[in-house]
Amino acid sequence: MKLTGSQIVTECLIEQGVTDVFGYPGGQVLNIYDALYKAGDRINHILTAHEQGAAHAADGYARATGKVGVVIATSGPGATNLVTGIANAMLDSVAMVAITGNVPTHLIGKDSFQEIDITGVTLPITKHNYFVKDINDLAPCLREAFQLAKSGRPGPVLVDIPKDVQLAVTEFTPEGVVPRLPERKSRDKRVEEAVKLINECERPYIYVGGGAGSRDMAEDVKALCEKIDGCIGSSFMGLSLIDSDYESFLGMQGMHGHYASSMANKSADLIIGIGVRFSDRATGNTAKYCKGAKIIQLDVDRAEINKNIMVDVALVGDLKDSLSRILNAVEKKERPEWKAEIEELKKEESLIEKENLGNARGLHPKYIFDAINKHKSADTVVATDVGQHQMWAAQFTRFEKSRKFISSGGLGTMGYGMGAAIGSAIGTGERTVLITGDGSFGMNLNELATAVTYNVPLTIVLLNNGVLGMVHQWQNLFFGKRYSNSVLDRRTDFVKLAEAFGAKGVRTDNAEDFEKLFSESMKSEGVTLIEVLINEDEFVLPMLPPGGSIDDIIVSIPKEDN
Amino acid sequence: MSRRYVIAVYVDNKPGVLTRVSSMFTRRAFNIDTLTVGEIENPAYSRITISLSGDEYTKNQIVAQLNKLHNVQKVKVLADESAIRRELMIIKMKNNPHNRAEIMAAAEVYKGKIIDYSVETISVEVTGEPVKIDAFIELMKPLGILEMCRTGIVAIERGSETMFSQEI
Repeated sequence: MKLTGSQIVTECLIEQGVTDVFGYPGGQVLNIYDALYKAGDRINHILTAHEQGAAHAADGYARATGKVGVVIATSGPGATNLVTGIANAMLDSVAMVAITGNVPTHLIGKDSFQEIDITGVTLPITKHNYFVKDINDLAPCLREAFQLAKSGRPGPVLVDIPKDVQLAVTEFTPEGVVPRLPERKSRDKRVEEAVKLINECERPYIYVGGGAGSRDMAEDVKALCEKIDGCIGSSFMGLSLIDSDYESFLGMQGMHGHYASSMANKSADLIIGIGVRFSDRATGNTAKYCKGAKIIQLDVDRAEINKNIMVDVALVGDLKDSLSRILNAVEKKERPEWKAEIEELKKEESLIEKENLGNARGLHPKYIFDAINKHKSADTVVATDVGQHQMWAAQFTRFEKSRKFISSGGLGTMGYGMGAAIGSAIGTGERTVLITGDGSFGMNLNELATAVTYNVPLTIVLLNNGVLGMVHQWQNLFFGKRYSNSVLDRRTDFVKLAEAFGAKGVRTDNAEDFEKLFSESMKSEGVTLIEVLINEDEFVLPMLPPGGSIDDIIVSIPKEDN
Repeated sequence: MSRRYVIAVYVDNKPGVLTRVSSMFTRRAFNIDTLTVGEIENPAYSRITISLSGDEYTKNQIVAQLNKLHNVQKVKVLADESAIRRELMIIKMKNNPHNRAEIMAAAEVYKGKIIDYSVETISVEVTGEPVKIDAFIELMKPLGILEMCRTGIVAIERGSETMFSQEI
């Protein structure tokens, strides 16, 4: 059948199984929006308040569902407003297709109204991008964009379509959903080397990251853990893959990691990294990272091997394949001494936690998360913004299933949360809980309008300490308490603000009320914002100081010292 | 330990591909000494030849990151001992009775060609290993260089070894 470029965009999206797209119309995508309007019974479009929110929503949607997130924006400012969202998806390896309109090809390069070289702008923050000059290339480019976005290490792909290409007509034949490209398989020799190291080790630490998460490898990882009697820790991006109650799971390790996990990581004689990139936030000073341990790294991305730290054995290729081959060949072995050491670390961890709770300056965030854990369901997605609240969420939220923690890890994007939570709630159809702070929320709170308009099931827990908490913490500890521009003397009334947007707004400063308000919101419809007042001097602990290693871990700070 | 590497890259012969490759180098803070691009026997591809100085870590990262680019089809680090490397230079010198003979003698020894001769200038073309070009430039420096340009390195391996003869 003969279709216009705009119809091809819509038909390709539908063909690729896309049911929901996020975006914002504008001059150079009017035709695409017209095609979307006509296909409204087959594809759903969510209008956000800002293109950045749309990009984060597509990202959150992709993380929560495992599908490819799609965002559409117009040329110029529409396209540049996507940039942070695309970069965020790139750093966290999220499958996303961004579609932008551009000025007609005869106006390209003339600094025309709302013209921007968005393929140039997004070159370093996309897996790949396309500027489609010929209508006959449109459908193949879009299909390839989906394929690239979800294959190998997932990531964002941008397709820029000039207006005349949207108007041009060509023959279109629908095709099926493009499959993921086949992965290479790790070499047998590498599997043998890995198995040998595992068989010989005494204290194995399985270290899972976002790569294992996006391949939903919880069961595979647990099977290995049980066979070798090891423990499991995660990177920030690996959180929620393994359920928090799983006995051998120690939680996140790294800068603000769980104590037992970080210490076990240090004490281990073998690290088995699965889909982790040993980021600087996870390793601290790489010169001192796991010096006593051998390291095995499983990754689909060859470029991650020996990038941040040097490893002893690397298995490059499909993670599931690599892990299952190791699992089959490795000896079943009990390692009671290691397990005993881990139990000791867990005991130390609970003592440290008690001490930190004792040092609390008011309502300790842990109690907020205790209530959240009690009243959320196994299927509830917890999304966050960026800062102290994010780290508390990482430390204290209990997860029962994979893909339930959605947070900006690599880019650390304040303002990510609102869009991401909306995307997650729309993708899963379940109530999503957003943990945010007064700083981060201020960045994209306009998306409250979106959440209310679409009656998105969303509970926003806003931890308000009146400061940019993480910046404040660093200024307190490392900058002589000179709180340069981190004190938010804004006098914003978040309850009234929520109400002004048409959401429900409530406020509390204690755990008891919070629990009541939170449990009510979980049973209600639509959007509720719960503002929780906490103290500005509450710190995220433990922490590794900048440039430090695990030997420099700060586990607690007496009340009188801060 | 830093050493010189020559990396040959087969890329799709499409607009913007060179930008993608060079942008990756900028973004990852890898330094390039020379970069040349040209079509090959198959018009679907171009060959980019990159020479750089760096340690083994950098070289390995560059290869891995190049391989991630969608338009890159093949990357090969040319073995130092078997790579034939060539560079072409054109250099424009002042022409006067004091330096004329020396320029022409040097050009002859270096198997260069006088490609232009005017009352005030002599232009010489020299081809060869980059070290040979460097040496020729050293000879010319005291004689008054007016202008010069170098193509950067192109390289190919000796014998039956080709871009696709073995997996890397």
